[in-house]
Amino acid sequence: MNEELTKNAENRSSDEAMIEIIDMHKWFGDFHVLQGINLTVGKKERIVICGPSGSGKSTLIRCINRLEEHQRGRIVVDGIELTNNIKNIEKIRAEVGIVFQHFNLFPHLTIVENLTLGPIWVRKVPKAKAEEMAMYYLEKVHIAEQAKKYPGQLSGGQQQRVAIARSLCMNPKIMLFDEPTSALDPEMIKEVLDVMVELAQEGMTMIVISHEMGFAKSVAHKVLFMDFGQIVEGNTPEEFFENPQNERTKLFLSQVLH
Amino acid sequence: MQETAQATQIGDLKPPVTSVGVIGWAKNNLFNGWFNSILTIVTLFFLWKIVPPLLQWAFFNSVWHTTGKACRGIDGACWSIIYTNFRFIIFGFFPYEQQWRPLLAMFLLFGLLFYSRDRNHWKKPLGYAWIVGLFTMGLLMKGGLFGLTSVESTQWGGLPLTLLLSVFGLTAAYPLGVILALGRQSKMHGVKWLCVLYIELIRGVPLISLLFMSAIIFPLFLPEGITINKILRAQVAIILFTASYIAEVVRGGLQGMSRGQYEAAESMGLNYYQTMRLVILPQALKIVIPPTVSILISAFKDTSLVVIIALWDLMKTTQSVLSNPEWMGFSREAYLFIAILYFLGCFSMSNYSRKLEKELSTED
Ligand SMILES: Nc1ncnc2c1ncn2[C@@H]1O[C@H](COP(=O)(O)OP(=O)(O)OP(=O)(O)O)[C@@H](O)[C@H]1O
Ligand SMILES: [Mg+2]
Repeated sequence: MNEELTKNAENRSSDEAMIEIIDMHKWFGDFHVLQGINLTVGKKERIVICGPSGSGKSTLIRCINRLEEHQRGRIVVDGIELTNNIKNIEKIRAEVGIVFQHFNLFPHLTIVENLTLGPIWVRKVPKAKAEEMAMYYLEKVHIAEQAKKYPGQLSGGQQQRVAIARSLCMNPKIMLFDEPTSALDPEMIKEVLDVMVELAQEGMTMIVISHEMGFAKSVAHKVLFMDFGQIVEGNTPEEFFENPQNERTKLFLSQVLH
Repeated sequence: MQETAQATQIGDLKPPVTSVGVIGWAKNNLFNGWFNSILTIVTLFFLWKIVPPLLQWAFFNSVWHTTGKACRGIDGACWSIIYTNFRFIIFGFFPYEQQWRPLLAMFLLFGLLFYSRDRNHWKKPLGYAWIVGLFTMGLLMKGGLFGLTSVESTQWGGLPLTLLLSVFGLTAAYPLGVILALGRQSKMHGVKWLCVLYIELIRGVPLISLLFMSAIIFPLFLPEGITINKILRAQVAIILFTASYIAEVVRGGLQGMSRGQYEAAESMGLNYYQTMRLVILPQALKIVIPPTVSILISAFKDTSLVVIIALWDLMKTTQSVLSNPEWMGFSREAYLFIAILYFLGCFSMSNYSRKLEKELSTED
């Protein structure tokens, strides 16, 4: 199985698109929250999105796994178009993992149970195998010793790392992060970012909404700036932070960087 | 040894006598502040006034094995009314020689309930045990097979009937209530409005009138020659009524769930049923254990309303004993007795719910 995946990966050209969004619009009632998004994310590409509050960043990535429904334009994930077809939605969700700002762990289940729920019920993996996998990913996020505890007994940083492990257990090809560190105390931000950097080094395709400049500089191929439902500017991290083109980007950066 | 040596060395740090022991406890819990002191004294006064006469009445001056006539002269409790009529109060008109059958059925029920207390036993075999158990209980009550003489359900009564109505009423109403609550949250408008209509209609009607309808009006609509067992009709009325209340409580629990829980489950690829069963309901139902148990307890007590449609439940058999001239006037003793039975039922429910809540808690 894994061999097949790596072989496939080799066969594909590196600029092949994992996510393709073409002229995508979304409204909440009358409110035009996404106004013509065009975005291509290549395999193993890592994108950081920043922008002011309410600009539609969360809505954008939530459209990618159909937590929100777009109303115009196209979203294609790994060759599968996101339509009302429930089969397609299931397939895409199987490939896309998402990590939320507020972790959204299941408080009534232990850490291991949180991780094995998806594999057991969605992937039909036998319980023992699923637990083995869960422990593997818990090791990866450096938290294996907490496996038997409940989420409420962990710190915020630990919970977020569990949430990342939970997504990884589903073997996603793409990981979406919606401000994964903004609900954390400063001393816990690093432990979560470290895990994300490790993930990046292993070649995961990632879209990260974050205002952590250090993280963006060290792992992102591209940084996008969103404002009023549009992608205003996108560039390599160096160019983006040193030499922003757009006035609104400049203003935003001047506010965030201080 | 060392400790005592140290303690005497720094003797100043020993707690003052008044803060430990009985005196300390009383001071901290009964006499901390003038208001609490007054409350304590008033309470003690009332206890002094009430408890000794009560004990006098219930035990020291009471009689247990006499006729009704012999009770007239004394000023203690006449427990003879219970003693003499015990089997009628408990079993009603169930044929006298056959009363071991409902007794056995009740033991079976209590045994199963008791065994089911432990959550570790909630596995498949327990389900089978219940199925077999229920079948056996039905057989014991109804008879007509394996050489047991058949007993018409019109002869069922007393405690077995009360237990039948409440145990089945509650266990059927709970899942129905949960389904109604889910239906009310449904995105399908048809389902949603049906559930709303049901809940609001049933909640807007007193149980008594539902029972009347089931007993008197409903049979009018049945084609001639077809009758549906009266107990079954009352049972259905109780289930429908209780379910609508449970539905509203559960809805409260569902609304307390954050959107993030649904989204996490959804993005993981769980479908609606999996999401509800594995993620949402375990949490929502846990939150609403206390109000749910209140509803179940009041439903348990409300089964006594079937008196008005002439089912011989525990309350009715007791009342009928009281209408016997020999025992007329001893309603205090009789009602106290069934009050104790009801209390035992209610108390074990609330006790169990607290145990369950504690076990299910995942907070530190
Ligand atoms: N379910 C919804 N219904 C109506 N309006 C919504 C809904 N979700 C989001 N919005 C609105 O859409 C806009 C964009 O929201 P979104 O959450 O995408 O912003 P964001 O860029 O992620 O902001 P933040 O940095 O605060 O997370 C906001 O104005 C928000 O009020
Ligand atoms: Mg957001």
